[in-house]
Parts: sequence; structure tokens; C-alpha cells
Amino acid sequence: MSPRIRALALTLLLAGVLVGGIVLSAITGQLPITPTEVAGSLLRAMGIDTAWAPTDPIVESTLWVVRFPRIVMGLAVGAALAVAGAVMQAVFGNPLAEPGVVGVSSGAALGASAAIALGASVLGGPGVALFAFIGGLLATLLVYAVARAGGRTEVVTLLLTGIAVNAIAQAGIAFVLFAADTASREQIVFWQLGSLGGSRWDQVALVAAVAAVGIAISLVLARRYDLLALGERNARHLGVDVERLRLVSIVLVALLTGAAVAFVGIIAFVGLVVPHLIRMIIGPAHRGLILASAVGGGALLVVADLLTRTLVAGAELPIGMLTSLVGGPFFFWLLYRQRRRSGGWA
Amino acid sequence: MSTSSVVIAARGVEVRRDDREILAAVDLDVLSGEVLALVGPNGAGKSTLLSVLSGDLRPNEGTVEVMGRAVHTYRALELARRRAVLSQANTVSFPFRVIEIVQMGRSPWMRSAELADDQRAVTEAIEATDITHLLGRRFTSLSGGEQARVSLARVLAQTTPIVFLDEPTAALDLRHQEDVMRLARRLAADGRAVVVVVHDLSLAGAYADRIALLDHGRLDAVGTPHEVMTADRVGRVYGLDVQIHRLGASDRPIVLPLRD
Repeated sequence: MSPRIRALALTLLLAGVLVGGIVLSAITGQLPITPTEVAGSLLRAMGIDTAWAPTDPIVESTLWVVRFPRIVMGLAVGAALAVAGAVMQAVFGNPLAEPGVVGVSSGAALGASAAIALGASVLGGPGVALFAFIGGLLATLLVYAVARAGGRTEVVTLLLTGIAVNAIAQAGIAFVLFAADTASREQIVFWQLGSLGGSRWDQVALVAAVAAVGIAISLVLARRYDLLALGERNARHLGVDVERLRLVSIVLVALLTGAAVAFVGIIAFVGLVVPHLIRMIIGPAHRGLILASAVGGGALLVVADLLTRTLVAGAELPIGMLTSLVGGPFFFWLLYRQRRRSGGWA
Repeated sequence: MSTSSVVIAARGVEVRRDDREILAAVDLDVLSGEVLALVGPNGAGKSTLLSVLSGDLRPNEGTVEVMGRAVHTYRALELARRRAVLSQANTVSFPFRVIEIVQMGRSPWMRSAELADDQRAVTEAIEATDITHLLGRRFTSLSGGEQARVSLARVLAQTTPIVFLDEPTAALDLRHQEDVMRLARRLAADGRAVVVVVHDLSLAGAYADRIALLDHGRLDAVGTPHEVMTADRVGRVYGLDVQIHRLGASDRPIVLPLRD
């Protein structure tokens, strides 16, 4: 297949999953709503009155208070995580780097837990997000300082560093849980499982804004990430200020991961699976990869969230559990392939 | 070439690592329109000198001027428009296509060159390195020699007045070795400066305008192949008895070890 046809196929696939996921998410739930009512409600919000618009105020409020914020949160978080994964893989020169695997998500979770324990009511939403960002940044810096050598990262070193960072962050979270009062303890435990449920518009706006800025910056840097694949020295010979690119990228990963984790908890493996699948379809060039990863990550989370709500009748599964259930075996497969190809885990 | 000028001037270059002298008291000019070969035994400092000249490594002592300006005062992008470097390590982290790799060589000229210039530079680089049949392949699936030629094409596509080649012939078969060195000559004929590290002294002798022979971090000799390649000097520096042959009327020395 020519690259153009592949790109077209991917666009159609993503658009299908995205629109399908959004529509299904909007109509599925305790209160069934028809697709025409969803369309009518959206059109009415844009100032166009149609016969489709729902007459029942309960339908209207279910859509705008419960389901729409949840969908948009899924889109923003999925996009942020997938792009964070793609950026991290570019900087580490390794397709196995991912915020969840190497502990950046845990670092952000530690920051967010600390913020909740200190009193989320005092700090507010932006406070939790800020702490998540700081935690993620520290974790990224740690991983980066320990795991990289000569512009590349060996798989073994990366994974071992991830184990260490995850262990430290989990210990920190355990301590926060131990020190917190009962109310915040319950809040942290619930939040840690990961869920898009109960997303509020103010939270959604914050996450979406950070994700949009992060993705835009990643797209600007995309060409430079391509050059980085040649190795740091060759990238420098081609005019890339490698030190600055690394610094900006670390902050970017922490920002995207922090925003994603702040309100919905740890959702692992999105940053691993999505860029990898996209690369298999359209190749590794980063502009297309980042853009498609953003859309694909968003679509994936909306669909995953739909599954958490519908797989078990009357109950809601934690979404983090679901993504790990699918992403874990995928990760095994990647490791196995890389091991076979290079004769070892180096 | 009568119009050749000094494009790189290194003076009193000294590089130390862990209290060990890698380079000492190196004075060297690189001229436009010539092929300068850096030769010497393993560990003599060839690659280090190339790093210093190309601005990768800042020497502990001494100065390096590229086109009249100290090399460390250039921004990465400014330098990338003046010199291209073919390094020894050319692994690629992700399975980019060969054509994408060659196009990466144009990135220093983004938003400054005409689109037609980009396309011409890429096409010429592809033809010069004989990789047309590889364009659709993934770089990671190529053999070592093919990867080396694709990387060379990327360096050529950068179209810089100064070109550094660090052991460009190492992974190549006989014909492609000659092709690369002929290419170096063609670049020089275009008025560019080519600095090439090679191990094969006969290859250096055959294609270089000047040869710089390094021994334990010091320049033992700089001059035409005829001047530098004497049996005494090569024998002393490499610790191996050699004989120097000349084919026909050619001035180009061929170096052979003395064998039983």
C-alpha cells in the first residue's frame, strides 16, 4: 500500500472509531437517549433549533452534566497520554518508553494524592493538577538522568528504572494514605483506580487546555524528533539544539501526564499501545504520528470508558484496570519481539 | 585549485581526557576544493580531531575557526548549514524509510531553500550513492553497507561547503569504497572542503590532495601523498615495515606491508 492510501485508511479508521465511540457513549447509560436527541441537543447548544432537540429536561441535563463532560475528558486524557508516550519514545529513542511503564504516571499520582491529602478543597482543581505536574516532572527527570546513556536507552535499564521509580512513588502514595484523614483516604483510593466518571466541566476545561497546548508544542517539535531518531550526535549535526529539545520535551511529558492523571487517576499503556499501532500503519514520522496518536488516544479512551460502563451490568469497572488488562499483554508481545530481534533485552 | 581558501583553521589544539593527552599541539588548515585525509594507527586521535574540527568537541586548549569565526560561537543550525558530518555510528531508532532519511539531510535548509533546491539536492545525493533501488525500504532492514551509503546520501543532501566523513569506507565493498572516494573528489572539484578519515593508506594516497598523518595525538606530517607516504615514516608510525609502490607514471603511492 502506498503511504497516501495508508494515511487515508488510518484517517477513516480513526474517524469511525471516534464518532462511533462518542455517539455510543452519549446514548448508552441508565437513561437511554436516542442519537437524534443527542444531535438535537448539540445543535440547540449551537443556536440551531431542530425538531430533534430533546423535550425532557432530564435528558438534557444527563447529556450536559454527566455524559458530555465525561466524553470530552476521555478525549483530552487519551490524547494527552498517547502524545506523552510518543514524545517520550522519541526522546528516549526507544519504542517501549511510556509514562505508565517508567513511573512518570506514578510520580504524578503521588503529587496528586499529596494535594488531595493536603486538602483538595483548599487547593482546588488547579492545585491538584499542579501537584500532579510537579510529581510527574520529578519522576521524568529521575528516569531521564538514570536511564539514558549516549543518547539511547537500553530496554533493561529503562524498565529497571521504571520499577525503581514506581516503587518509590507507590511508597510515597502509601505514606500519604497512611497520614491522610479518613475522608481524603477514601477519595485517594477511589481516584487511584482511575475513572472518568464524575468529571466536571471546570476540570475538563483545565485538562483539555493543557492537552491542547502540549499537543501543539509537540507538533511544532515533530520534525526535530524525526532527526533525533538518527542519534543525538547526528541530530546536532543537522542543526538541532539537542539539550534544549530534551529539556522542553521532559517538561512536555510531565505536563501532559500530570494533566491526564490529575483528575482521572492512572490509566496505563495508552501511551504505549496507541503510538505503536499508528507507527505500524503510517510509519514513524512524528508529525503524522503525534497527530494521529492524539486522535487515536482520545478515541481509545472514549471506547474503553464505554466498555467499563457496559461490560458488567449495573456496575462500573475502573478504566485503569481495563487499559492495563489489554496493554499488559501487548507490552509482553513488544518485549518478546524486541528480544527476538536483538537477541537480548539490550 | 587556485581559488582555494582556508575554511577551517585549527591552532594549538589540545584535548585531554582523564589526564591523558588525546591530541596535542595540532595546527591544521582545511582548504576549500581539496580532499584532506586524516590517517594514523588506531587510537592516534583521528576521530577526536574530526570532532574538534567539526565543532562537536571543544578542545581544552587552542582554537578552531570555521570560515573566520570561532566554531563554538555558531548556533547548531548555523553550523549545520556550513558543515555536514558522516559519523561512524548511524543507527536509527525507528523504522524510517530510506527516502525519509535522505530528506532529513535537508532539514537545516527548511523554510530557507526553494522546494526545487531540496528536491534536486535529494535526487543528486541518491544518484551519487547508488541507493535508488533502496528508497522504499526501511532503514532498519538494510545491511551495514547499505545503511552506510544511505547515511552518506543524507550528508550529501545537506549540501554544505565543508563535508566530514568519518571512515566512510569501513563497511563498504571494493566498488563502493572507490565510489565514495571518487565522490569525495567530485565534491572537492565543486569547490567544497572534504575531510575524510580512512584506514586504507593506499586509498588515501590515491584520492587525497593532502594527507595528515597522526601519531599518538600529534601531527607527524601534513602534505601531499607523495611527501607524507614514505616507507620510513609509515613504518615508524605504524610499527610495521612497508614498501611504497607507484603504478606507472602516477604520483600516487600504494602502501604494502612487507610480507614473507
